Amino acid sequence: MFENLSDRLQGVFAKLTGRGKLSEADVDAAMREVRLALLEADVNFAVVKEFVARLRERAIGAEVMKSLTPGQQVVKIVLEELTGLMGGTESRLAFSGRVPNVVMLVGLQGSGKTTAAAKLANLLRKQGRRPMLVACDVYRPAAIDQLETLGRELDIPVYRGEGSDPVAIARASLKAAVADMRDVVIVDTAGRLHVDEAMMDEAARIKTAVKPDQVLMVIDAMTGQDAVTAATAFAERVDFDGVIVSKLDGDARGGAALSVRSVTGKPIKFVGVSEKMDGLEPFHPDRMARRILGMGDVVTLIEKAQETADAEASAQMEDRLRRNEFTLDDFLVQMKQLRKMGSLDEILGMIPGMGANRAALKDAKIDEKALDRTSAIIQSMTAKERVKPALINGQRRERIANGSGATVTDVNRLLKDFVQAKKMIQQMTKQKGRFRGGLPGFGQGM
Amino acid sequence: MATSWLDRLSGGLGRTRDKLGEGINVLLRRGPDVDDAFWDDLEETLIVADMGPGAAADIVGDLRDVARREALPDAAAVIDRLVGAIAGRMPAAENDPLAEDPVTVLFVGVNGTGKTTSVGKIAAAASRSGRKVLLASADTFRAAAIEQLRVWAQRAEVPLVERERGSDPASVVYDALTEARRVGSDMVLVDTAGRLHTSKDLMEELRKVQRVAVAQSVHPVRSVLVIDATTGQNGLVQARQFHDALGLDGIVLTKLDGTAKGGIAVAISRDLGLPILRLGVGEAIEDMQPFDATEFARALVGRV
Repeated sequence: MFENLSDRLQGVFAKLTGRGKLSEADVDAAMREVRLALLEADVNFAVVKEFVARLRERAIGAEVMKSLTPGQQVVKIVLEELTGLMGGTESRLAFSGRVPNVVMLVGLQGSGKTTAAAKLANLLRKQGRRPMLVACDVYRPAAIDQLETLGRELDIPVYRGEGSDPVAIARASLKAAVADMRDVVIVDTAGRLHVDEAMMDEAARIKTAVKPDQVLMVIDAMTGQDAVTAATAFAERVDFDGVIVSKLDGDARGGAALSVRSVTGKPIKFVGVSEKMDGLEPFHPDRMARRILGMGDVVTLIEKAQETADAEASAQMEDRLRRNEFTLDDFLVQMKQLRKMGSLDEILGMIPGMGANRAALKDAKIDEKALDRTSAIIQSMTAKERVKPALINGQRRERIANGSGATVTDVNRLLKDFVQAKKMIQQMTKQKGRFRGGLPGFGQGM
Repeated sequence: MATSWLDRLSGGLGRTRDKLGEGINVLLRRGPDVDDAFWDDLEETLIVADMGPGAAADIVGDLRDVARREALPDAAAVIDRLVGAIAGRMPAAENDPLAEDPVTVLFVGVNGTGKTTSVGKIAAAASRSGRKVLLASADTFRAAAIEQLRVWAQRAEVPLVERERGSDPASVVYDALTEARRVGSDMVLVDTAGRLHTSKDLMEELRKVQRVAVAQSVHPVRSVLVIDATTGQNGLVQARQFHDALGLDGIVLTKLDGTAKGGIAVAISRDLGLPILRLGVGEAIEDMQPFDATEFARALVGRV
């Protein structure tokens, strides 16, 4: 997700860590790098200025200069400041006792409102609610069809109403929701430019008509410096309660996400992390800051595992990941598990220290289709071979290849991948150890 | 047409201009001195326009050299050179694929940049100017993308080739190009599904679409990336990845009617040497403008 930014910051602080004392010139050099990294990540210019100034002040302050490990102290401050910038603690959706609760989505064209609406409905249903979607985008051709199709796929009702007045449709939807015993209504509105007076006025009128409990603005993670301009205009004109950051599954560094909260004071509630309908996650500033710093996000990884597997299996998996006791059998089990959890890339981003190793992994060519071939190959091995791959000589390789319909090259590649995966997990364990030992009171929460 | 193209251009780019122009005015108001603070502020102004720290540092460095070499007297003289410095980094299209006749054009890009809308607008303009246009809906992934393009095909009064949602997009392109040959179309516009450049499988799917197009098309096949003007520095990464995968022929920059400055286009053009082909400045069917580097740079810095 934010791997580019974390790589950069890791690069900056690799220069600082390991040095005994920091000079003011050292700090200045690091601050320049942080500034550049944040700007390249599309963090709003004013936010960067303020952030770096605050960071610098703390970095040259006593807490760093007197520290035995000043570089790591700076990392710690960056982490704290980043977390604070994104809103400190997690911000949940607040619901009232009213039936139905109303959530209204607003945003620019193409920001991903319709997809976010469907994902949010799916998420709320998982939490035991009975959502209904309301299609108020009467302008973009086929926007209503899009929401209906998604609703059908999720088996969640979509209200499209009569006529072409979005305010009337929104108002009428509330009655329809009550009649259908729905307790949450999610209103998808048309994308609009913040400079389009008529459209902004319409959004305000929809808001007045349905009095939403929550208005959420959907912001594309790829947005540049303009994110803050748009968000400020929406805040003034419609006012919203929180933000959904969409398209965080790409490599956009999401500086927009960092900036909007800081400038508008509106918290980020959810992030969109895949095209799949379960790809909407609550936003955790602290976890995200850790990810930005390349410290991994073991908590999310474990939560994901728990969602897809039974508790026992996921505890085992966590244990194996941590202890690095790892056979080809585990490899097989984990690959299947991983596949259930989402894309490999997504998962790897959550593993501590994995940000920098992604490139290496791409070379290993573990793509999702290869998982099927891999399973076939491992299943053609004897139990002994799976525990002790060193046993597998040329003859055995040929037998395995024949048994699984693969070639000897495939078998060789798999064995190489396995060794590489093992190495990476070792690295990850080591890295975690370093953070734990190096930063007192810092790694324990992980 | 209700409003003239020029009105729309200044309407759309105007806000852009106001914004950056504001920055430039602030720069000029601070006095004629060309000191370090001036250069820092100029760099900041360019970064706020989404040109990115790389392109901004490059342009500022260049202007610094010019200022020294030619002993430019004051800040105003430096600002006068800014337009040329920006425009000079955006090469003109040697061969505009959207004017090429005959041609098959693939429209690609990440989700939500306005591919379908751009295809619709370009189809309408080409059809009005007498081209025999055919549309292909190869976005078989997004719910209702086909229906959306169908509406545009009706508005532009051009035929559309489609298959049901979930079909192989390459097969839609195959059908479309077969149909194009049958009816004698001279311009085939292919709308593809939005995809993140980081998705290996989806990028591979796009390469397959291109391979099938090249094999089936009797016309030259071009690929155009659609980028949203609100995009930040990730736009450069997107452009690079799509360019690596397909070999792009140019860029269509959309949504310039907001306050976004579209400075990312300067960075893309500068880094990848890709021409900007059209500007989308509004939601109406005629809001697809030709691109002129000097005009764009002027509008960007507020010096018309």
